[in-house]
Amino acid sequence: MKILLSGNEAIAQGAIQAGCSFYAGYPITPQNEIIAYMAKHMPSSRTGVCRTGKGQSQGVFIQAESELAAINMVYGASAAGARAMTSSSSPGISLMQEGISYIAGSQLPAVIVNIMRGGPGLGNIAPAQSDYFQATRSGGHGDYHLIVLAPACVQEAYDLTQTGFDLADRYRVPVMILGDGILGQMMEPVQLSTKKIKVSLAKSWALDGCQGRKPNIIKSFFLREGALEDANLKLQKNYAIIQQKETRYEGLFLSDAKVILVAYGTMARIAKSAISQLRSAGKKIGLIRPISLWPFPQQPFSIKNSRVKYLVLEMSYGQMLEDVRLAVGGRREVEFLGRSGGGVPSEEQIINKVKKIL
Amino acid sequence: MEKIFKRCQSLYDVPTHYCPGCGHGIAHRLVAEVVDELDIREKTIGIAPVGCAVVAYDYWNFDCSEAAHGRALAVATAIKRVHPQNVVFTYQGDGDLAAIGTNETIHAANRGENLSVVFINNAVYGMTGGQLAPTTLLGQKTSTSIEGREKKAHGYPLKISEMLALLPGVCYIERVSLQSPPEVLKAKRAIKQAFENQINNLGFSLVEILSPCPTYWGLSPKESLDWIRDVMQKEFPLGRIK
Ligand SMILES: Cc1ncc(C[n+]2csc(CCOP(=O)(O)OP(=O)(O)O)c2C)c(N)n1
Ligand code: SF4
Ligand SMILES: [Mg+2]
Repeated sequence: MKILLSGNEAIAQGAIQAGCSFYAGYPITPQNEIIAYMAKHMPSSRTGVCRTGKGQSQGVFIQAESELAAINMVYGASAAGARAMTSSSSPGISLMQEGISYIAGSQLPAVIVNIMRGGPGLGNIAPAQSDYFQATRSGGHGDYHLIVLAPACVQEAYDLTQTGFDLADRYRVPVMILGDGILGQMMEPVQLSTKKIKVSLAKSWALDGCQGRKPNIIKSFFLREGALEDANLKLQKNYAIIQQKETRYEGLFLSDAKVILVAYGTMARIAKSAISQLRSAGKKIGLIRPISLWPFPQQPFSIKNSRVKYLVLEMSYGQMLEDVRLAVGGRREVEFLGRSGGGVPSEEQIINKVKKIL
Repeated sequence: MEKIFKRCQSLYDVPTHYCPGCGHGIAHRLVAEVVDELDIREKTIGIAPVGCAVVAYDYWNFDCSEAAHGRALAVATAIKRVHPQNVVFTYQGDGDLAAIGTNETIHAANRGENLSVVFINNAVYGMTGGQLAPTTLLGQKTSTSIEGREKKAHGYPLKISEMLALLPGVCYIERVSLQSPPEVLKAKRAIKQAFENQINNLGFSLVEILSPCPTYWGLSPKESLDWIRDVMQKEFPLGRIK
């Protein structure tokens, strides 16, 4: 069945489909549709959580008193074994950073949605991609990572949210769905999944009372000498596996491209329109669209043609640019076009830039 | 011969890390005794704070979670909502509950979350070296109120329990003290009441415990207990607040 949803609604519906049984959030534009959707479909309940993702779920919805409370509620719900999610936009995500660090340190699964807006400070509510560093470089304290997934259309927002819950559970890590205001507000038809989800709350490490077992403890505090280093090495091992297995990207026209545009999310859609114009004019242009921003897909950048050039496009002044440079390792030219604060590089600007590079 | 005093099942047999004369150890034991007496050890989930009691889970023999400094009641809210059948409590210091975590405290109380709170008021920040706490008494010297707490510069000792009592979602608040054995017994009765309220689905219950911190009061353990009786209890009167 296909229904018309906004990106924000698709994320919420994807979460419910994935068996999300706990949501806490605090209103902020441009992601208010997520909290409203969850309120409607996951009515506040103190009597148990949903186990399926079907229809009106019986999960717990809480409008928290702040993003600090919201992320720490997610910590608690996840510690209790629930599939838990929160959503916010840039300033709210900044407030959550301590909690995200605790979630990572305590090896808890969780899904955190950031529908980015303009910054710094209160900035504005226009779409932006300026939180890339914060998302991919462990925005809170300590050596940790989030898996960061960046959908480019509403269908993908729906699908990747479900993937996010699975990855969070599989690796016991926080997963961020990173979108922007355009994606959040845009409406597109979505093919709903009919897959029956069986989510078990029975996690051997979760807190539900120590009946018939030794007590479980959820914590990120390791005082004994060497204990924190051991715990951190365990996290690093997990991250290495994730880097090996969980990179995702889309590649277009990589075999003949002379200039490869690199863009994610909404920016990649604009890049695609520019590419179709350029190619119909006979220009050999390709695209790498990272879908996982962490782990960043290195593999598509190992293109043999030594004359290939990259053009990184962002709704920021160059954040993913650093990852592309690392992936390319100085072997190829890397150009950049970016705007921020509400400015979005246009098709025309992209085409002009490409023509200069070619 | 029957043993009339033994270690509770809810306490591990481990040496304490608390300073001599500290109230945390007593309060831990009271919680453990209550859990044993209500026979809820296998249903109980405790939330340890960030403060001197950060490793409370090293003493308690039941499921426990850490919480970031001040966020214990957000964590507890979620755990209880996910597992309404379990008994969930937080154990928090005055800095944790009434300074950095005031917002979470007020809103969990105002939502009437069905939780029990053990609130350790020792009038200082113990863990970080004895700084001014929201509950520090006027005139009390700390490392950040060197001349003593002064109302113009530092404001007044915060009566968070009285504030919370105003909220309709709150069902029970009592202030107790560890100043003498009879008071310790009263403290235990209050903790038990708070747990029973939760089991009976009555809503938010909080027990404020006036608790000695000899180390940062600069007093001996005995003097600390006297100071609670002679000074602290005057500012923070004992008894049922709600
Ligand atoms: C976000 C954050 N800020 C500050 C600290 C440092 N810190 C740890 S415990 C504490 C105060 C604890 O005082 P209280 O809650 O009264 O507990 P006590 O040690 O007195 O029992 C502070 C400020 C921290 N761990 N995290
Ligand atoms: S510093 Fe104070 S509160 Fe902390 S363990 Fe020592 S006596 Fe107890
Ligand atoms: Mg204190």
